[in-house]
Amino acid sequence: MTYHANEKGYYGEFGGAFIPEMLYPNTEELRQNYLQIMEEPSFIEEFRGLLKDYVGRPTPLYFAKRLSDKYQTKIYLKREDLCHTGAHKVNNTIGQILMAKRLGKTRIIAETGAGQHGVATATVCALMGIECVVYMGEIDISRQAPNVARMKMLGAEVRPALSGSRTLKDATNEAIRDWINNPVNTHYIIGSVVGPHPYPDMVARFQAVISEEIQSQLLEKEGTPNPDYIVACVGGGSNAAGAYYHYLDNEDVGIIAVEAAGKGIHSGESAATSALGKVGIIHGSKTLLMQTSDGQITEPYSISAGLDYPGVGPMHANLFTSGRGEFISITDDEAMNAGLLVSQLEGIIPAIETSHAFAIFDYRKFKQDDIVVVNLSGRGDKDLQTYIDYFKL
Amino acid sequence: MVSLKNNLKLFKMKNRIHKKLDEEKKLLSIYFSAGFPNLNDTVSIIQDLEKQGVDMIEIGLPFSDPLADGPTIQKSSTIALKNGMGTELLFDQLKDIRKTVSIPLIIMGYFNPVLQYGVENFCKKCRETGIDGLILPDLPLDVYLEEYEAIFRKYNLINIFLITPQTSELRISQIDEASDGFIYMVSSASTTGAKNGLGEEQEAYFERIARMNLKNPQIVGFGISNARTFDQATKTAKGAIIGSAFIKMLSQQGTAGISDFIKTIKPLR
Repeated sequence: MTYHANEKGYYGEFGGAFIPEMLYPNTEELRQNYLQIMEEPSFIEEFRGLLKDYVGRPTPLYFAKRLSDKYQTKIYLKREDLCHTGAHKVNNTIGQILMAKRLGKTRIIAETGAGQHGVATATVCALMGIECVVYMGEIDISRQAPNVARMKMLGAEVRPALSGSRTLKDATNEAIRDWINNPVNTHYIIGSVVGPHPYPDMVARFQAVISEEIQSQLLEKEGTPNPDYIVACVGGGSNAAGAYYHYLDNEDVGIIAVEAAGKGIHSGESAATSALGKVGIIHGSKTLLMQTSDGQITEPYSISAGLDYPGVGPMHANLFTSGRGEFISITDDEAMNAGLLVSQLEGIIPAIETSHAFAIFDYRKFKQDDIVVVNLSGRGDKDLQTYIDYFKL
Repeated sequence: MVSLKNNLKLFKMKNRIHKKLDEEKKLLSIYFSAGFPNLNDTVSIIQDLEKQGVDMIEIGLPFSDPLADGPTIQKSSTIALKNGMGTELLFDQLKDIRKTVSIPLIIMGYFNPVLQYGVENFCKKCRETGIDGLILPDLPLDVYLEEYEAIFRKYNLINIFLITPQTSELRISQIDEASDGFIYMVSSASTTGAKNGLGEEQEAYFERIARMNLKNPQIVGFGISNARTFDQATKTAKGAIIGSAFIKMLSQQGTAGISDFIKTIKPLR
């Protein structure tokens, strides 16, 4: 039994590549080459070198003493918030820009919701001197002005997605359409463990540096590489995939996935895919997604733009249906309060996405000697305005 | 025993698409989004198109996230969904279509709505309604062959695959092998409704495909908008499909413009 992708990109019944023929050559080129390229010594050396000297890895594994005291368990924080650009997203964009260069691509496209992946993509394109176009929903552009400015300053072109609901799902559609129109010179840097095979597996492998570091850091601090639980928030699921990666097939380690319940699972304004989703096809992948009985994809809602996706990656769909992962939904209010708590107990303002992961401690009890690692996927600077508005700061 | 006999009969029966392809002429096919411009225009548009001499129709089942479509069809899909179009309603609108229309009818859509309806249920309903084929661009060849080919055959439905200028010769051969009817030849690397027309690059591609002597004829789609592009595409191909240009006309002139639109293309055939 494995919870990794098979060679066709399936996690159990989920995954695959449900793409129009126009995209077949693009994804096929990637599929045939990605594993080989990732194993090349020169690739590994360049990837690892940039993660160390440019991103600032390894990120610390920090024992959160005051939080642990409050919840009477041992809580460690994997500090992805300290990565260059402020979140784990850059691990993947570094990997994919190196992949694109080796495939001879001269133009990069990406989608972004809150703008974190767009910034991480614009950053690596600036680093490599490659043309960069980021698709962003028109509504998100107006909600996330600072990140739009960052991308522009980094030299990227931000193109508004004007179709559908004009948010992340539509930005992804626009990026895919761009790729259909530019099949030869362009590489599409997908920001999460979603999309057609090989993307979910490739992105998970680039993010796997997170769990690899947790193993060695925990060994040093606790004498074991294995926590009892690893906790991460899940939108598409890239930070979670990275935090779980080396533990997926080790059932001694409990996997906890935290989704955004928005205003409540049954409020009609939610992004809790495991609770509300059914099997279907979104962005080329068979997975769980929120949809009408007619198979029309519905618009999710969360206060956190990074969790505002109507599906989850196929790895997570399989973790949910197989029972390997424990899925918990957290509302906007619960997440916001947890973000404030972590700020005041640990001096760390988390991204609202990550705040969802912290909110579980009020509901999910752990034993006193349990080691619980929370993947602190991003910092809260980008969310300051939302925190200000919410708490009337 | 009786049902087995019936099944065999169905299996061997020629589909309307085959018969149409046997005709000695270039075929004009029209795509439109069901439920657009108005929810209940579906049947009258089909009837009008047949009356104007159109050879085949692709009825678009609208989808919220049409990845392969450009702005025109995205917009008509969105409006159709807002109008209330859905899978069950489409079948309901089409239930008596074979009393008045005899040209081949194909449903074109994305795979997810079909999956939610149930693939077998969907195919059964197509058969009952008199639908002859399906074009589901995001149902990949390998998944079709492994999981769904038997179901399509059971209901005498033709599954139509796409090829593009980037499709390798090996894959074209595989698609030709898996096809039974025609191959949908996408004219250029683009989403639907591309404006650049057809140039030398496309003509070279059409000729390259013609030289492959595939067992299935090809019908060209994407970028066909008028008599000139129709003529260019059908120099080597069996026919061509007009979608976005027809929908654009519908959004400007409504169903009253159908007759004039088709007349501008038909004389050249």
